Amino acid sequence: MPGSELLCHAIRPRPCYPRHVSTATSLRNPDTPRHAAIVRVTHWITVIAFFALLISGAEIVVSHPRFYWGETGNVNMRPLFTIPIPASRDTVPTGYKYVMPDQNGWSRYLHFQAAWLAVLTGLVYGIASLLNRHFRDDLIPAPADRTWRAFRAVIAKTLRRAPLDPAEARSYNVVQCIAYLSVIFILFPLVIWTGLALSPGFNAAFPVGVNLLGGRQSARTLHFFVSGLLLLFLIIHVAMIALAGFWSRTRTMITGRLVESPKRTDKSQERPVISKESTVISEERA
Amino acid sequence: MNISRRKLITAGLAATAGASSLAAAALMARRYGLVPPDCKGFYGPGETLTYAAQRLLTTHSLAREFPRTMISKTPFANEVSPFKDDFKLHQPGTFKAWRLAVDGMVTHPASFSLSDLHSFPIRSQITEVVCEEGWSYVAEWIGTPLFEVLHSVGVLPQARYIVYFSIDRDWWESIDMADALHPQTFLTLGMNDGDLPVGFGGPLRLRVPRQLGYKSVKYITRLTATDNLKTFGKGLGSASPEAGYAWYAGI
Repeated sequence: MPGSELLCHAIRPRPCYPRHVSTATSLRNPDTPRHAAIVRVTHWITVIAFFALLISGAEIVVSHPRFYWGETGNVNMRPLFTIPIPASRDTVPTGYKYVMPDQNGWSRYLHFQAAWLAVLTGLVYGIASLLNRHFRDDLIPAPADRTWRAFRAVIAKTLRRAPLDPAEARSYNVVQCIAYLSVIFILFPLVIWTGLALSPGFNAAFPVGVNLLGGRQSARTLHFFVSGLLLLFLIIHVAMIALAGFWSRTRTMITGRLVESPKRTDKSQERPVISKESTVISEERA
Repeated sequence: MNISRRKLITAGLAATAGASSLAAAALMARRYGLVPPDCKGFYGPGETLTYAAQRLLTTHSLAREFPRTMISKTPFANEVSPFKDDFKLHQPGTFKAWRLAVDGMVTHPASFSLSDLHSFPIRSQITEVVCEEGWSYVAEWIGTPLFEVLHSVGVLPQARYIVYFSIDRDWWESIDMADALHPQTFLTLGMNDGDLPVGFGGPLRLRVPRQLGYKSVKYITRLTATDNLKTFGKGLGSASPEAGYAWYAGI
């Protein structure tokens, strides 16, 4: 908000850089949190909702661990594939002698409640990120980075486990940008769409949703696969955080303040190459 | 952290506006029947949001109907509880003595035999049965729309729900009037050009095609119109919430 920036100037004069000038967050006021409050709050609510969805979703699959393609599918029909686990219903032929306890009641209640939480949180995040230019400034890669070369360079650097310079810790690289944008604009919309296509009430009102997916059982199978991709993202996301310093990065996502990861700062990196602008800022801070 | 007076006032106004609009929404939701009977407890908010959203979006929409070629060759009947003597007493095939009692908030309580029900307008629909477990099949369902029977007994305008009971005492459900008067909600007597097989709910099943299979109760013997679900069972609306399942099964 321009008003609050003016207020900042009045209290404590310091350079305020217009956010839309550059994606290089090193240019920003160093007091600006690494992650805005809205990002932190919606991130952790999404974490809670996602785990609830994952656990309840897996539990619902246990009642019928067979997947089909097309409109219909049941135990009298040939499945597309089967997950080799015992089922929670004795009508499902699994090859196992025992039947798991039925947990579908609370799993379904929890699944839909968590889905509401995730969708509403996602809406707040999406609208806020359009208004405060989070998407534009932080997530859309800078034109120079939109090349295969830049993409490969980031991966190579990560694989070499090369130390990060501080500017990098304040912004997302092109691989991160693409991963986050894919989750936000492809996987989440897809998982919501395929999930809604399983609702007989919703399908009555909007039949095109399920019909475009090739039928109800196709929608269920796709819902399962998209959930799998989201789980894959989660695993890689947590692994990358672990590599960068799990607690320091987690603390940053809670408090917003960037703490240098001890793992990545060795002697040679104590005085890293700093751009002219950030030198000015650090001197002013000092 | 600097908390300016402006921010404090803005936050205060936002919180007040939020709280009062929530209270107004709750009032409106109750007034327009957007609150399900199992709205209490931890999962109440999610259930209420789902039911309210679907009622606002889907009240008049029709379940998808399919061409005859899509009728499943291998439908799955699912298992039912073992039949007790009261079911076994009925003559298989004809069910001559089967009665459907209709009572509660109606001007002319009545009891119908299967042939009485056959004298109502008979319709058919090709719709999908969707089980909460994930499986499904498409079949042609033949029967009389529930609204025909409700109109004939003169259901009172105050009635808000229809409660329906299986001969299996543990299986009873209820639906709101949007579903009860919906043209695809059938008292089903036949399936795929034949009588309704016992496995699929014969002789009489209430099909609610816009909700999951467990709302389509098999072996219907009684319907009751009511404005208050609290007086039935544990007051949660139907047997499903008592067993841990949602009352509204449109999702």
